[in-house]
Amino acid sequence: MELVTEILVSFFLILAGLFGLVGSFGLIKLKDTMQRLHAPTKATTLGVGGVLIASILYFLLVEGGFSFHELLITLFLFLTAPISANFIAKTYIQARVSEDDVPATGTDFGWSVYDDPPLIEDERERGQDA
Amino acid sequence: MLKRVFPHPLLSLVLLVVWLGLVNKVTPGNILLGAILGVVVPFMTQPYWPERPKIGRPLRVIEYVFIVLWDIVVANFQVAAIILFKRNKNIHSQWVTVPLDLTSPEAITVLAGTITMTPGTVSAMLSADSAAILVHCLHTDDPDAVRDEIKRRYEWRLKEIFQ
Repeated sequence: MELVTEILVSFFLILAGLFGLVGSFGLIKLKDTMQRLHAPTKATTLGVGGVLIASILYFLLVEGGFSFHELLITLFLFLTAPISANFIAKTYIQARVSEDDVPATGTDFGWSVYDDPPLIEDERERGQDA
Repeated sequence: MLKRVFPHPLLSLVLLVVWLGLVNKVTPGNILLGAILGVVVPFMTQPYWPERPKIGRPLRVIEYVFIVLWDIVVANFQVAAIILFKRNKNIHSQWVTVPLDLTSPEAITVLAGTITMTPGTVSAMLSADSAAILVHCLHTDDPDAVRDEIKRRYEWRLKEIFQ
């Protein structure tokens, strides 16, 4: 393996490791659940991303082939990370946050955890108005 | 008839491409298997996803993807800096209400995902009539600026793509 390739691959691996470490540190350091959610959804995206870039570079420059697997991992990560974060946030709100702690919606209805959705007839009327 | 067999043509295509990527080899057998998946999965999930999202401007999707990717990289550094260099009592976390102009469920889903992946914000929940989204901000002293940034940078572009 050429020196430049080695340096490039190592650079991305180390960058990935650092961001993974910061993300994990954030989980310990931050105070409440909502703050802790920020650490794994962001600092680790670049952590996993760095490993994937290193992997793509290694297979491209050393093995001389291209693998779609890294791109698919990226796709799956982008689909699942926000959804799991949203599930955790919603569960936390349901269990620990009272309606007075969050700002008003600014619409006729409250937040979905506390309020029922509009009836279907109301929805139709709204559609006709728009 | 064609619509009943292919309720979501784009989903069918994506499933085929993802299948070929998973097996990592393009052979006639794999294309056939991917095509079968592309027909069967949208057909079976059709009752749960009756509407067809329209994508008005496909080229804008590419622009949007690159903007979001760039923001994710920036977001990683910002959040890392906040975690490493700010004392806990100096981190001002806030809830921000963002009123939505988007109406299609698909567009709102993409926006919520984007908010979670980008600078110091996590989308928490929608209002019951999906006309506003609640966002948790890790550190901000100006919630209005966060709201305007989300509306200007992401929602406006999604509106162009989906409508």
